[in-house]
Amino acid sequence: MTRFIIRRLLVTIPVLFGLVFLVFVLARVVPGDPCRAVLGERATDAVCDAFIVRYGLDQPIPVQFGIYLGQLAQGDLGTSIKHSRPVTQLLIERLPTTVELSVLALIFAIVIGVPLGIASAIRRNSPIDVGAMVTANLGVSMPVFVLGLFLQFIFALLLKNTFLALPASGRLSAGVSVEPLVEVWGMTGTTGIVRGILDFFSGIYTFSAAITGQWGAWLDAVRHLILPAIALGTIPLAIIARITRSSLLETLGQDYVRTARAKGLRERWVVIRHATRNALLPVVTVVGLQFGALFSGAVLTESTFNLAGVGRTLFEAISGRDYVVIQGFILIVAVAYVVVNLIVDISYGYLDPRIRPQ
Amino acid sequence: MSATSDPLRDVGGLPAGGPGSGIPALVSDPLARARPANLWRDTLGNIFRQRSAIVGAFLLTVLVLTAVFAPVIATHNPNQPLLGREQGVIKRSPPCVHALGCPTTKPQHILGVDGNFRDVFSRVVYGARVSLAIGFAAIGFAIVVGSIIGMIAGFVGGWTDNVLMRLMDVILAFPSLLLAIAIVTAAGPSLVNALLAIGIVSVPIYARVVRSSVLAAREADYVTASRALGESGIGILLRRIMPNSLTPLVVQGTLGIGGAVLEIAALTFVGVTGSLDVPEWGSMISIESQQLFNAPHVILAPGLAITLTVLAFNLLGDGLRDALDPRLNR
Repeated sequence: MTRFIIRRLLVTIPVLFGLVFLVFVLARVVPGDPCRAVLGERATDAVCDAFIVRYGLDQPIPVQFGIYLGQLAQGDLGTSIKHSRPVTQLLIERLPTTVELSVLALIFAIVIGVPLGIASAIRRNSPIDVGAMVTANLGVSMPVFVLGLFLQFIFALLLKNTFLALPASGRLSAGVSVEPLVEVWGMTGTTGIVRGILDFFSGIYTFSAAITGQWGAWLDAVRHLILPAIALGTIPLAIIARITRSSLLETLGQDYVRTARAKGLRERWVVIRHATRNALLPVVTVVGLQFGALFSGAVLTESTFNLAGVGRTLFEAISGRDYVVIQGFILIVAVAYVVVNLIVDISYGYLDPRIRPQ
Repeated sequence: MSATSDPLRDVGGLPAGGPGSGIPALVSDPLARARPANLWRDTLGNIFRQRSAIVGAFLLTVLVLTAVFAPVIATHNPNQPLLGREQGVIKRSPPCVHALGCPTTKPQHILGVDGNFRDVFSRVVYGARVSLAIGFAAIGFAIVVGSIIGMIAGFVGGWTDNVLMRLMDVILAFPSLLLAIAIVTAAGPSLVNALLAIGIVSVPIYARVVRSSVLAAREADYVTASRALGESGIGILLRRIMPNSLTPLVVQGTLGIGGAVLEIAALTFVGVTGSLDVPEWGSMISIESQQLFNAPHVILAPGLAITLTVLAFNLLGDGLRDALDPRLNR
């Protein structure tokens, strides 16, 4: 197993290197003057020259790339040109929003999508099946931002004065805040990696508020997350439901399922123990693949629901020509994608003993 | 050996003799008298047995007709503000159809008026042109470039294959929307650049599809036979191998156009394409996104248009896949 993981990791290195290079080049062909994009149109030439030297933009591009790789090797993602702050700090601030949103969206997609797919497969061509598949088709066809706006319209306007009303934007209501972990635990003196990790988890409001017992803030954070998570999770949900359905239909036609039925096992037992377990393998692949799509969706969800997450930061960095932020954030996203796919590959072994590496 | 004892002919129990000749045919194929298989008729028959394909094809026909006959269908000029040109026109006024009880004193607007005093219905109708044109063009570009890359990778093999496919992996490792945003920002804000960006991020899918068909067919006996007959490499590739990738390309391409329509709407929604001088659904939503609570119709109308368009391609693509994949034929 260890050898399998190591080999998979080695394969991803050239891909990651290519990615770093591509991002680096792409960030530099963006037209426009970074100096005047940051300091304003009226910055003088002298000021701009100093700016360019300061950020090493006067060096030839291969040299810049070399310097960048050197910094990366030391875990330094650079300093944002626009915010004048380390990119890692920006990440600690913005990443939790996206992680929280994506995880919740994916949970929503799996928890609803898998049972829906199973129900459709068992009652094939019944009204449940047809209804579920029509909904799934509509779900994959609707843009995230349109769904987001529809949901806002329904839950924040039409249901405004009912108990179902939900907030249309932001992460917390005005006046509500989640106290950071370092303050709750009296660790304000800590610095470095520990502080970074603590601050990162503090940013995942639904998590940090729950473990520190700030239930009022927790409820508020959850209420704010519901609509964005539904908007973002609907496309994966529809895809998961369809894959589960077709995979289970295929498994239900297998000989071992007939054997199980012939043994006189109860139908529920046959479906759950014998068929569904094996049918879930392709579902795991799809869940892994959805991660990339989820991130594209996060950009749109974050701008629809006014959330300051990674997606929106990246979009702002691209339009503001903040090379350092573009590079750092894309790298993190890509690494996350690669890691998720690795986890998917490894989980195969647990789900299907036939492909468990020796 | 007499003609009557020809075992091949006896199998079919068919009358002896070739057509119109006194000479007995060596092999009179017993299957030839069965209903002749017609590839196109069978395929069409299969497609129209799929419910989703019928619904998808119907929706798509309506859309294409809407796009083609937009000037006839639209009630107003989609780009012209009606302020000062039409009496009683109100900014962002809700839909008003006289036949449905809207007072005739008000001007008729089937889907209402937008924030610039323009008729929403006419803009949605003209928007079909933009979305369909960009969807077809972007995926057409991706199919052509992807097929070339896939053919080279699969046919040449070796390190060429490795380099090309790793390059495709790199593109796939990006969240596609962000890559498209970055390309449009780099190339300058315009719809054409958005089209190219969507095309570029879609290339890897088609490259993989074509490569896998090429790999599967490369060692087939009929390819070896063509090679033995002296057919050139290009000839083998284009005439013997490529037809195998046609089915997956058609299926993937149909689904891909739906995806491209979604992406173009997303790109114009986030605003990287700059201000547009043609009516486009994503930008219609983007411009009015702050007006959701007081004038929902200006957002819901183009939103539904995008959804229906993508739905049409998805249904047709699913139906095509089920119809064209012989393994799924029941």
